[in-house]
Amino acid sequence: MDALRQQFFNFEIMGLSWPMLIDGLWMTALLCLIVIPLGLLSGVAAALLSISKNPIVRWTTMAYVDFFRAIPPLVLLIFVYSGLPFAGIRPSPFEAVAIAFLLNNSAYYGEIYRAGILSIGAGQEEAARSTGLTAAQTMLYVTLPQAVRNVLPDLISNTVEVVKLTALASVVSLPELLYQADMARSVTFNASPIVAAAAIYLVILWPMVRLVSRMERRLG
Amino acid sequence: MEDETTPPMMTPLERFIDTFFNEAVIERYLPAILKGFVVTLELAILVVITGTLLGLILACVRSYRMLPVNLIIITFADIFRALPPLVLILLAYFGLPNVGVSLSAFVVIWLVLALTLAAFAEEIFWAGILSIDKGQWQAARSTGLSYTSALIYVVLPQAVRLTVPPLTNRAIAITMSTALGMVIGLADILGAATTAQSFSGNASPLMMAAIAYVIMFLPLVIAARWLETRFRWKRA
Repeated sequence: MDALRQQFFNFEIMGLSWPMLIDGLWMTALLCLIVIPLGLLSGVAAALLSISKNPIVRWTTMAYVDFFRAIPPLVLLIFVYSGLPFAGIRPSPFEAVAIAFLLNNSAYYGEIYRAGILSIGAGQEEAARSTGLTAAQTMLYVTLPQAVRNVLPDLISNTVEVVKLTALASVVSLPELLYQADMARSVTFNASPIVAAAAIYLVILWPMVRLVSRMERRLG
Repeated sequence: MEDETTPPMMTPLERFIDTFFNEAVIERYLPAILKGFVVTLELAILVVITGTLLGLILACVRSYRMLPVNLIIITFADIFRALPPLVLILLAYFGLPNVGVSLSAFVVIWLVLALTLAAFAEEIFWAGILSIDKGQWQAARSTGLSYTSALIYVVLPQAVRLTVPPLTNRAIAITMSTALGMVIGLADILGAATTAQSFSGNASPLMMAAIAYVIMFLPLVIAARWLETRFRWKRA
């Protein structure tokens, strides 16, 4: 029991590694600030293209979405980070994470928005068009707001997943929260810094997980 | 990557093929990647079966509404839904040996991902059970069925139907996380590919890995979308 406490809940080691963890937390926050808005926006683009009237655009987008939903994000990240340099493109760890997440997130968010748009009845569009709105205005002011409201729990739930996915950046040595915790672990030969990092993830994500549970139950 | 074996004059297309679809490299490392494919497949099947079953059991136990037990289940589900699996994997793989528990990379990935899937599955099954109308319970109980029989024969069959689409999507996403095994040295598809890539100095193994994952997961992704559409029609 004491060994367990020493190994996982050593507060002295947690205290020593705290500054490193906070540095990592800022990097995780920066990463989230870049990849989440990018994902939310590129997702709208993917969704709009996937319901295009042009079958070539529609099918190409669907193929893109399915392809990137069928590749594990870590595989994509490693491909971008250590595969592309063979072709003469050398992304930094941060760029590699941003590119891999853009490809992955646009597909996942896109699929969610698409379901949302499809859930809006044709009557809404017809009514909006008959008042003189253009197709673009109808999408922007009538269909999209209702679509987003319908799939809000899925959007939030996917955003939780994106925050969790930023931990993958540690694999390409981007000094985010988990990378810093693992560095502290390998220096101290003690797992407490990772427990501390887990606690930080919990503080950030637990409220979001609870929120998703409550929203899903109310809508279901 | 210039070396003696690279012909001096290559068109960009030849160079691209040499880098990402190098025949010699593919032939050399195909057996290792196929072995990795089997490891990934075994893990995927294990994770899906044990994770879903555990989630179903937890959701059923939760329906008996015993407060202390439910607090434990809810806490478990929340923690495993909120934590990145990689955090748990590093904790289990590097932390546990120091307290006398040494688990292989395969077992660590299996345990962490099965528990993660169980947490999500519990929430999905629970939402399914809650969505069944009270009248169903009352009617079942009034015919003389015990609570457990009503749960098993009346409520669950209806609840499980509702849970299929979200559960499929979640199971696919978590099964994909088996690629995390590469971080702790598991020779799954990605693990075999990164090893082959560093030995061969060529990106073809990574391309093979990407293709292998697409072969494994694309049918599932398409099937999941089909399920969603089907269930949407049913509801309308």
